Amino acid sequence: MFKLIKYLRGYIKECIMAPLFKFLEACFELTVPVIMAHIIDTGIAGSDREYILKMCGLLVLMGILGLCSALTAQFFAAKAAYGFGTAVRRDMFKKINSLSMSQLDKFGASSLITRITGDINRAESGVNMFLRLFLRSPFIVIGAMAAALMLDARAAVVFLVAVPVMGLLIYILMHISVPFYKKAQTSLDRVSQITRENMTGVRVIRAFSRQGAEIENFSDANAELMSINEKVGSISALMNPLTYIVVNLAIAAVLWVGGIRVNVGGMQQGEVVAMVNYLTQILVAMLVLAQLIVTLTKAMASGTRIAEVLELQPDMPDNVADAEAADSCNTVLEFDNVSFEYSGSKEDALSGISFKLNRGQNIGIIGGTGSGKSTLVNLIPRFYDVTSGSVKIDGTDVRNMSFKQLRDKIGYVPQKASLLTGTIRENMRWRNEAADDSEIIEALKTAQAYDFIFEKDGLDTSVSQEGKNFSGGQRQRLTIARALVSSPEILILDDSSSALDLMTEARLRRALSTANPNMTQVIVSQRISTIRDADLILVLDDGSAVGIGTHKELLENCEIYREICATQIPEELTGTAAERISK
Amino acid sequence: MSKNPKSISIEKNTLIKVLNLISAYKYSFIMSLIFAAVSVALTLYAPIVIGRGVDLIIGSGKVDFDALLPILIRLGIVTALTAAAQWLMGIFNNRIAYGVVNDVRYKAFSKMQKLPLKFIDSVGYGDIISRITTDADQLSDGLILGFSQFFTGVATILGTLIFMFKINPIITAAVVVMTPLSFFVARFVSSHTYELFRQQTEIRSQITSLTEEIIGNQKPVRAFGYENEAQRRFDSINGKLQHVGMRAVFFSSLTNPSTRFVNNMVYATVGVAGAFAVLGSFGAGLALTVGELTCFLTYANQYTKPFNEISGVVTELQNAFASAKHLFDLIEEPPQLPDKPDARVLNDADGSVDIEDVSFSYRPDVPLIEGFNLNVRPGQRIAIVGPTGCGKTTFINLLMRFYDVTGGSIKVSGTDIRDITRDSLRGSFGMVLQDTWLKSDTIRNNIAYSKPDATDEEIIAAAKAAHAHSFIKRLPDGYDTVISENGENISQGQKQLLCIARVMLSLPPMLILDEATSSIDTRTEIRIQKAFEEMMRGRTSFIVAHRLSTICNADVILVMRDGHIIEQGSHSELMKLNGFYAELYNSQLGSAE
Repeated sequence: MFKLIKYLRGYIKECIMAPLFKFLEACFELTVPVIMAHIIDTGIAGSDREYILKMCGLLVLMGILGLCSALTAQFFAAKAAYGFGTAVRRDMFKKINSLSMSQLDKFGASSLITRITGDINRAESGVNMFLRLFLRSPFIVIGAMAAALMLDARAAVVFLVAVPVMGLLIYILMHISVPFYKKAQTSLDRVSQITRENMTGVRVIRAFSRQGAEIENFSDANAELMSINEKVGSISALMNPLTYIVVNLAIAAVLWVGGIRVNVGGMQQGEVVAMVNYLTQILVAMLVLAQLIVTLTKAMASGTRIAEVLELQPDMPDNVADAEAADSCNTVLEFDNVSFEYSGSKEDALSGISFKLNRGQNIGIIGGTGSGKSTLVNLIPRFYDVTSGSVKIDGTDVRNMSFKQLRDKIGYVPQKASLLTGTIRENMRWRNEAADDSEIIEALKTAQAYDFIFEKDGLDTSVSQEGKNFSGGQRQRLTIARALVSSPEILILDDSSSALDLMTEARLRRALSTANPNMTQVIVSQRISTIRDADLILVLDDGSAVGIGTHKELLENCEIYREICATQIPEELTGTAAERISK
Repeated sequence: MSKNPKSISIEKNTLIKVLNLISAYKYSFIMSLIFAAVSVALTLYAPIVIGRGVDLIIGSGKVDFDALLPILIRLGIVTALTAAAQWLMGIFNNRIAYGVVNDVRYKAFSKMQKLPLKFIDSVGYGDIISRITTDADQLSDGLILGFSQFFTGVATILGTLIFMFKINPIITAAVVVMTPLSFFVARFVSSHTYELFRQQTEIRSQITSLTEEIIGNQKPVRAFGYENEAQRRFDSINGKLQHVGMRAVFFSSLTNPSTRFVNNMVYATVGVAGAFAVLGSFGAGLALTVGELTCFLTYANQYTKPFNEISGVVTELQNAFASAKHLFDLIEEPPQLPDKPDARVLNDADGSVDIEDVSFSYRPDVPLIEGFNLNVRPGQRIAIVGPTGCGKTTFINLLMRFYDVTGGSIKVSGTDIRDITRDSLRGSFGMVLQDTWLKSDTIRNNIAYSKPDATDEEIIAAAKAAHAHSFIKRLPDGYDTVISENGENISQGQKQLLCIARVMLSLPPMLILDEATSSIDTRTEIRIQKAFEEMMRGRTSFIVAHRLSTICNADVILVMRDGHIIEQGSHSELMKLNGFYAELYNSQLGSAE
């Protein structure tokens, strides 16, 4: 949290003004008991009605001044807090876009989203609360003590004893109850988990007739939650009564000591009343403080989670200069003995992969789940860097190119076909902001996406979040079109035609090879039919190449490829082919 | 809960139901009320004692210490009693609130186990989960706050009014006239900030969806160099949020200072009126002592405080009651039809299944299965083939009686399944589904799920039969390995093997296998296939088929499309028929080999 303080740098004025005006407000509030004391000691004792009215006017004035100070403080606090939040949010978003994929993997997408939304919101309101309220309570406590000291130093000794005792009590109670709150949270999580499990497994549970046992299980967890809650509740229920006792004992002491002081003429009656009032003000301020500490602890935890992201240095910085073009060679893409392991894992995700592709050649990559197909293509646009070996494009190691240079060469179609909110035209202009309509239409036609777009509003067709207003197959074709705009040298299709029926897929494949014969395609698929015509097929199993060659060659010499072929027939039979025929 | 507080009102019915739940804690409830009354009364009595004390400290040489001491002792006793009453009240409040929530949660959960799947499938899991967790929590928060603040707040207002009235009716009247002001101010502020908060919520959700889009699509974003454009869009929304959010928070934070200002005005009024009263301006009958004035000032403070808190409490209570309503709706949902009293307990199923003229649909206006007939002899193998969404799951739903047929009948061992107890019917089927559901529990307990009293030997034998023993042995804790909530510590294929082991343990006479192997690597798939083969030997099996071999060997193949069985027969019969199945088969064979 403290590392985030630099984001308040532009708001130094606000950060000073907010507490300052809060302080003023506290001062005005603290004058009230003194004024009341004067009313009693001077006004009433001297039967001076005019004086009483004057003092009453002063009370009203203090109220107005207090209100104005509070509003000013709140204005500055809100300004600083939201300035802070906005800056942190902007930087975090920028940071996320600059971290490497393996760094992002470490956090996970959902955790990053929570951090940039929920955590920043919490930190933002934490700053606001801190500037506005946190300082107010100490002001009141210290101010009330100071005022008491000024009224009468000896009677104020009571304050010097009572306030630390109260602080200590609150601290001890919180110290005892906080671990219980954590326990209660764990217990609540268990209740939620059982509930969730029972919903997702409702069929299995009924199939095995285990409802009774599940209810018993839930009932235990639920009862445990209740007992922890009751326990923590009975501890925190001590807070108010105990502090109340301390304050009232202090009041009794003030009356006694005050009585002695008044008796010897060192103090007046009204001043004793003022001291009693100060004690009450201190009590309220302390209780507010205790609640605030809980809120601020949460904000601090959020701050730590934010700082974790902001502090990371990108471990794959961009090359400042483009790599010089190597001597023109016919090899467009080369994997040279490439191995890769994900950070934190002990096993290679890929080991010793080598192949070469000439301009216009296509490679098909096939293998089971977890065999490393996507990992392999992720190395080409440098989402990850190889652990050993090298990936070369046009003879240059991808690590020596700038990101822009590298990615201008590549059209990438991800496994998960999703688009961004906006229009089709906006989505098609990702690669090239200046792409004109004819270029976009050309790409849409090649990707077999032209017809259904032009049944709608053409390039102005709007796209809802993730592109949910299109079917899975339509989305896949649109993401392919997006990659085709401004003719990349290499097109990567990461299992990106799985939702297409066989006919459409066949048309797509034909169009891709005729539209730009010089384009090299890297095609990942689970379907034999998608890759069987590729110039080269790479069969992956557990991260190693167990076969490389054409369809024919592999059928002859690759056991696993044959197995895959054998299992595919029924899968196709029950899946896509049936859909095709039913149309 | 960012709903407009005004739009939620407390329904009378819900209130009665909540009170019904509380009635189980009658004793605690009465105690809580008694202690609340005692603590409020004592809290209000304390200022009087303090006031009397103040009146004894008149001036130099005039302090009556002999009278002061007993007063201070009395103050001590009153304080101790107040504190005790407050604490006890807190404890009883906790007992009621957490007890009620425990009860209602238990009821909701037990109800969930009896609800027809039709209801569960249509509402969705998320909805039910959030009722049992979030809504129940909201209810407990609301009850705690309601008990601890609402009652004492109301009692405090009434109590202070009575006490103040007794001391001096005129000043009391002045106070009463001024208090609605603070309520009014709070109302005014909140109604004006509502719109700003609504805008803020909307912009925040825009930010969330943009970040979800960009973070969820990092690879294409990077590949296409979209980062700058994304940052530009983010900055523009972020800027809007800063503008709106700042104003929303500023205006909403006006509430506290404004009400505090009103309180100060009340205080000033009491101060001045009280001072005049002390001086006898209102006549001798209404004269005050300085001590009484002190006491009055304390009351004025205590009297206004609940007003400030009450609008927050009311919102919280409204939310709590809205949540309570969600829970009651769930609890009152009609359960599935109970088993017939004379229902047969099926513990010797022979494996025959007769489906006679069955029709079924999820929605009355969209017919799905119609006129479905099938006679399965013991030990036969039935394969079901068809595209995704063709109704394979529906068929399983009917067999297991997760749903009841709309027409016709399904007979198992010659008895209509509606005349068999659900438990014994389902116990006669072993089910392995595409969705590999396991509990977050040990592997041992997961396998023993079908038979909780199984011995270790039986469990290991089942695991061996399912080809799961070897991988379980290699896990760090073997059979005691706990499967984590998301199950990420074992692979999808291993989960599938455990599900098979689970069925292997009880080995019922009939099997339902949803052979989902698409996401499993080839080698595990072959092992799973072997396990399936062993299991099916001599048992009536219904197989949602993915493999050519299973289809060819099946006694009957059901070809489904759009919920209808369009063809049925053995592989050779269907090939001879030269219809949809033959077309599927041939087209595939041609393209893949």
